Amino acid sequence: MKAHIKITLKNGVLDPQGKAIQGALGHLGISGVGDVRQGKFIEVELAETDEAKARATVEKMCRELLANMVIENYAFELVR
Amino acid sequence: MRACVIVFPGTNRERDIAEAIEGVSGQPSRMIWHGDTEVPKCDLIVLPGGFSYGDYLRTGAMAAHSPIMRDVVAKAKAGTPVLGVCNGFQTLCEAGLLPGILLRNASLKFVCKDVHLRVDNAATLYTNRYRTGDVAQVIVAHGDGNYFADAAALDELEAENRVVFRYATPAGEVTQAANPNGSQRNIAGIIDKRGRILGMMPHPENACETTLGSTQGRPLFESIVAGMAAA
Repeated sequence: MKAHIKITLKNGVLDPQGKAIQGALGHLGISGVGDVRQGKFIEVELAETDEAKARATVEKMCRELLANMVIENYAFELVR
Repeated sequence: MRACVIVFPGTNRERDIAEAIEGVSGQPSRMIWHGDTEVPKCDLIVLPGGFSYGDYLRTGAMAAHSPIMRDVVAKAKAGTPVLGVCNGFQTLCEAGLLPGILLRNASLKFVCKDVHLRVDNAATLYTNRYRTGDVAQVIVAHGDGNYFADAAALDELEAENRVVFRYATPAGEVTQAANPNGSQRNIAGIIDKRGRILGMMPHPENACETTLGSTQGRPLFESIVAGMAAA
């Protein structure tokens, strides 16, 4: 199975890249754009077939490497 | 003083800092490859500047988990002093040896220029040859030097006098205009609770010779040598 992991900045953490994207969307003439926040999407292939075990493994990889808990939140789903 | 300088793929300031250390201590440093698992016995471990692992994922994130870091963390916890400059500071934060994280510069631009640092704590192993309030001219060269920690962590750093360097004007005033990267509270360098692990974004190793435009980084290395002689 695969894990689809989404990493986003916590509220209150400034996101200058999101701000730059917001500005660029404005330059394109696209109106009605509010706040833009950017993050990361990571897809990990897992050999594990047991869903509970896979979940625990992904939790560990998120906490220890993929996300920095000082500034980021993570969420993931497992897909077959 | 024997120093070990850790070299990761993408590190590029290891020779600069080895030279700066040799300039004050007279002893060459040992270069230790990231794939090794043990740091030889030494007086100081240095994590130099550069772009380890191409800054993939987050700056310093990959380096923080490379094989040698397990022993660096163990030796740091056992009391060996560790100096992290620029990418080394980022790596120390990612390894959990220092609080907070270095974010993308607020300007989104890579900044390479002279800055002025106000020494806010001259009673450390790394700053005893400065006086509190001294201003040192050094360079910064980074894209991710924007220091961030939550308010509680920042207050704790301040309360424990662990903000060692702040970006300031040449006169020592801490102003927004003197802040090159958006760091909270103009923080340029911090030290751990025990005063053994220093992380800083500017490059004191590139401010040790008049030909390089400043010698005001040199006291940092002299401090380490003097601090160790006194210990």
